[in-house]
Amino acid sequence: MEPYSVKTLEPAVATETFAGSGKVPAVRIRNLKKSYVLKSETVHALRDVSFDIPEGDFVAIMGPSGSGKSTLLNLLGCLDKPTSGNFFLGDDDVATMSDDELADIRSRRIGFVFQSYNLIQQYTVVENIQVPLYYQGRLGPAEQQRAIELACSVGLAERLDHRPMQLSGGQQQRVAIARSLMNDPYFMLADEATGNLDSVTTEEILSLFDRLNNEGRTIIMVTHEDEVAARAKRVIRLADGMLSSDRLNSEASREEARRRQHEHVLALAQRKD
Amino acid sequence: MLWLRTWQLGVKSLLLHPLRSGLTMLGILIGVWAVIVLTAISQGASDVVQKQIESLGANTIIVRSIKPPAEKMTGRAADYGLRRSDLDLIIANVPTITSALPIREIRRQFTNGDKTIDGRLVGCTPDYAEINKLGVRNGRFLADADNLRADTICVLAAGVADRLFPYEEPLGKRIYVPENNDYYRVVGVLRHRNASAAIGGSLDSQDFSGDIYIPIRTMQRRIGDTVVTRRAGQMEMEIMELNQITLQVSDVDQVRPTAAMVESLVLPRHAAMQDVAVVVPLELLEQARNLRMMFLGIGVLIACISLVVGGIGIMNIMLASVTERTREIGIRRALGAKRKDIVRQFLVETIVLSFSGAALGIVLGFLGPPMYHSLLYLVFKFSPEKFASLPEAIRQAEPSIVYATIPLAVGIAVAVGLVSGLYPAIRAAKMNPIDALRHE
Repeated sequence: MEPYSVKTLEPAVATETFAGSGKVPAVRIRNLKKSYVLKSETVHALRDVSFDIPEGDFVAIMGPSGSGKSTLLNLLGCLDKPTSGNFFLGDDDVATMSDDELADIRSRRIGFVFQSYNLIQQYTVVENIQVPLYYQGRLGPAEQQRAIELACSVGLAERLDHRPMQLSGGQQQRVAIARSLMNDPYFMLADEATGNLDSVTTEEILSLFDRLNNEGRTIIMVTHEDEVAARAKRVIRLADGMLSSDRLNSEASREEARRRQHEHVLALAQRKD
Repeated sequence: MLWLRTWQLGVKSLLLHPLRSGLTMLGILIGVWAVIVLTAISQGASDVVQKQIESLGANTIIVRSIKPPAEKMTGRAADYGLRRSDLDLIIANVPTITSALPIREIRRQFTNGDKTIDGRLVGCTPDYAEINKLGVRNGRFLADADNLRADTICVLAAGVADRLFPYEEPLGKRIYVPENNDYYRVVGVLRHRNASAAIGGSLDSQDFSGDIYIPIRTMQRRIGDTVVTRRAGQMEMEIMELNQITLQVSDVDQVRPTAAMVESLVLPRHAAMQDVAVVVPLELLEQARNLRMMFLGIGVLIACISLVVGGIGIMNIMLASVTERTREIGIRRALGAKRKDIVRQFLVETIVLSFSGAALGIVLGFLGPPMYHSLLYLVFKFSPEKFASLPEAIRQAEPSIVYATIPLAVGIAVAVGLVSGLYPAIRAAKMNPIDALRHE
């Protein structure tokens, strides 16, 4: 494992390309601060956070409760605005955008995967997958076709017309993942995506993440489980609103984590037999 | 495209809770229905009243004898009312009248063989038939010559003819009036005519079905002005020359000035007894119109109240729906819905609810008139006495839909619905997506 090069970058060089790759990173965060006023007391949820996430990265964000993890997630998801600092998605600084512009950014550049799936109950699988494009006004047969293809690619070919109530947790999460891919986002933002799932299903979802990452998807995953974080390429830890560590997981250690998880699942399967 | 989809989704999420949506619609439905049906019924009822008043004639003036207050009556006989001299005075002095019809009415028994009926003996002139719009079924009505000669002839109303001569042709036969020991030869039978309205204090409703008409000079000669009524233990004597004078003018515009002239001529002569009144049907007609406007106003008011109640229902449901769907709103916001998208979504649902409620209200509103008739029929079937005691305007009303009320009702319904739906929609859109997502 080696330290990741983040500290050297300054806000002024925001348009600077990512070291060596020649491409603009998917996410660049510079001196991001967020504070809330709660009963005349100011809470500094994020004190000064800066990092980059290049395209194709697979990042796990970890930290104990109160570390600013959720605040960072909300900022990354463009659901909230920072008190100060910059947050670049591609070339655009999200920190200065209006509510409507943020909504537009969410619908075009971010793919959300939530812990509790957050599907719309009255919609079918295919309709749920189409929701992000709905607010861009894109509702043609091509989009419908793409939604069906995405559903098939996450293994829901048999359940296109099912409603969330008729699906298991793992299946619902796969619908959510397909939905997050619908708008071809800059990155997928997964918030404890496996938190409600048993270990067998967790393994299914993590394998899906691995596959998507191998296909070139950028994934940011907030988690508090070490086994889950071990599957990412990189782990960012927060403590007291600051970055406490930012390291890469070696390919060997990721392989090891995969193997361990796999064995665990196998052992479970045998115990059931 | 987006709008179309929004509509589809709106309908879909409403259908997800059919009972709730139905009940919400019911408020608007009842409001619209009430506006349409209430105005239709009051329109129908006032049409009846208006027709009855119109049958009195808009270009007539009625001068009528009325019984004076008891303390003004002196002597054994009650001697009051219009005089023949009043009639002569009017004819001589009022140039605008085209005809003057004196009427004297007395209650009498009529017999033909063993059949006896009670009825009204009406002394009048030939104008009577025209002014009261009486048609002749058989034979003829009175003629001027009958009056001049004071012939003992009579014309029977349909009801009298059917009861006194059920199996024979009355023309040429005689009827007998036992109280005066007189015979009258039948020269004509009238067609049936509905009773006229009772309007104002001084004009009773007129039921023409029991009438027998004779020339007024015949009545004066053979019966005289004194009417003696004998009842158990007492005898009443009444002296009256004329019950009523009906005056006609050529044009409706002349009704008021002529009426004023007649009043200034006749009323001073009866100032002491206060036994004469001048009735102008035109004024009654206008009163009836005002009454109708009031009817309509009250109907619309009631309906508006129910519309507002319906609107509150919509607001209630939409607020509940916003709360229930907070999480859905959060999901949509996270996935890129702008505030206006959320407002639009909830507005569309409100619009669908209020418009479908209004549409159903209109459909049911058109079923209002048949429903009204069925209701009357039910009353008639189960309680004929009650039916009979209903005012004529209610019994005979033909509810007719006032088309202007339909856009009015729909407009109010949709406006109320929109306003009630807008507030919850804006509240929903204002929610912070993070909080909305956290909502359980």
